[in-house]
Amino acid sequence: MKTTVNDFQTGIERGPAAQIVDDGNVERPVVLRGLHKSFGTQKVLNGIDIAVAHGETLAVLGRSGTGKSVLLKIIIGLEKRDTGSVVIHGQEITNLRIDQLNEIRKKMGFLFQQAALYDSLTVEENVAFPLRHNSKMPESERRDRVKELLAGVGMESDLKKMPSDISGGMKKRVGLARALALDPDILLLDEPTAGLDPITSGEIDELILKLQEEHNMASIVVTHDLQSARTIARRLALLHQGNIVIEGSFEDLERSDDEFVSDFMRRGT
Amino acid sequence: MPSTITSATTTINRSLEWIGELGLFTWQVVRALVTGPLEGRELLRQIDEIGSKSLPLVALAGAAIGVVLAIESRSSLTRFGAKSMLPAAVVFTIIHEMGPIVTGLVVSGRVGAGIGAELGSMKVTEQIDAIEASGVNPYRLLAATRILACILVLPLLTLATDFCGVITSYAADALAEPISFHLFIHNGFSQFGFNDFLPPTFKTAVFGLIIGLVACFQGMRTRGGTEGVGRSATSSVVLSSLIVILADVILVKVIVEFFP
Repeated sequence: MKTTVNDFQTGIERGPAAQIVDDGNVERPVVLRGLHKSFGTQKVLNGIDIAVAHGETLAVLGRSGTGKSVLLKIIIGLEKRDTGSVVIHGQEITNLRIDQLNEIRKKMGFLFQQAALYDSLTVEENVAFPLRHNSKMPESERRDRVKELLAGVGMESDLKKMPSDISGGMKKRVGLARALALDPDILLLDEPTAGLDPITSGEIDELILKLQEEHNMASIVVTHDLQSARTIARRLALLHQGNIVIEGSFEDLERSDDEFVSDFMRRGT
Repeated sequence: MPSTITSATTTINRSLEWIGELGLFTWQVVRALVTGPLEGRELLRQIDEIGSKSLPLVALAGAAIGVVLAIESRSSLTRFGAKSMLPAAVVFTIIHEMGPIVTGLVVSGRVGAGIGAELGSMKVTEQIDAIEASGVNPYRLLAATRILACILVLPLLTLATDFCGVITSYAADALAEPISFHLFIHNGFSQFGFNDFLPPTFKTAVFGLIIGLVACFQGMRTRGGTEGVGRSATSSVVLSSLIVILADVILVKVIVEFFP
């Protein structure tokens, strides 16, 4: 099965995203078109097209510093794109006011690379934070919801611990619970297994799979961990020099003749 | 010579950039305050953090100033044969100028560094990004609450500084030459009106605005890891102290003009 197309202008292999972005038949909560981003003279993203459907997970792979995290931050509005379009639930978000953007953000969950837990709040308060500020849920109901979320990531016995008292893997779990607090339909995961040992990485991957099945979200996972990407995503995109050089299944990437792709796959497995 | 000109131009450009960015930051904070509900819980927490925890420090500073002013003024006034003016001179100096400016500088040291380091640390560990990603406006939650707390708390802390200064100046005076507390207070405040008390005390709300604004701005624009956090804390203190002193010059002139 051929999963990539050749872009006659750039000569690079383009995946199905470039074609399905304009497919009006499938509801796609996340659609990026021709996304460009530079920092000074350094071009980080050079015309990215991505579309993710409900219940689908796309893993964005690439070397460190290739703009994977920037891509996620543009989707949630933490970074501004130079040109291109970011459409979330059918709404272009690049020119929204902050209050309009915040309404969109409430439908999105974001797991940061280092979890970014609020270090002055307990685990329980961290997970309660989005609920406290974005919903009128009564205190008792909120407490139950936080317990339920933390039970979902296996952290129900650590409610009162401070972020400084828990391990890296536990922080990621709490970060995941916080990302899911508002029951989002889009989940963005920035290096969910970075800095974790293989066993903890495997546990986090299983947890992400379980949560995806339970919540049926459109997910984008940024990672350079090939094993993790293979476990949690059926569609993978490889980012290199600002472009998606190939897109398809893990096996499609393994079969690629492209020198960079095969080198990346050989070193990553 | 050309390198001196280039360096001066760069410094001027950076200063103008800083002022422009501070203006944009102020606009974001004002807009956050106007367009959404106040984060009352966080505001109360900040009032406690900035107010009650600064109280011992400003009280101690006020007490020290009272003693020093009493000792210094006694020798000077005795030399000019105006020893009986001592209570009025000390009370006037403390309430008019020393209390407000010392409170402003002490708070800019303690609170400015604290806010700069706290927000700086939150910035470099992506906690501020996490707040934004949760659909919460960080200008409303982090900056507006801290700035408002500084504005509200500074005049109250100034009262504490003034009170401690007056009490210890009496103690120092009484130790040098016995005088009843009642007489000291009567002499000190006999020529004192509300115009001598209210404007100097409430001008510290402007100091609070400066301290809160500069510290939040420096903290939320931190870059460069732990070193950046250190730089933000230091620059918060240095810049807010400097601007408080410069603002005091203008405010003193305004008060003299409008409340003679």
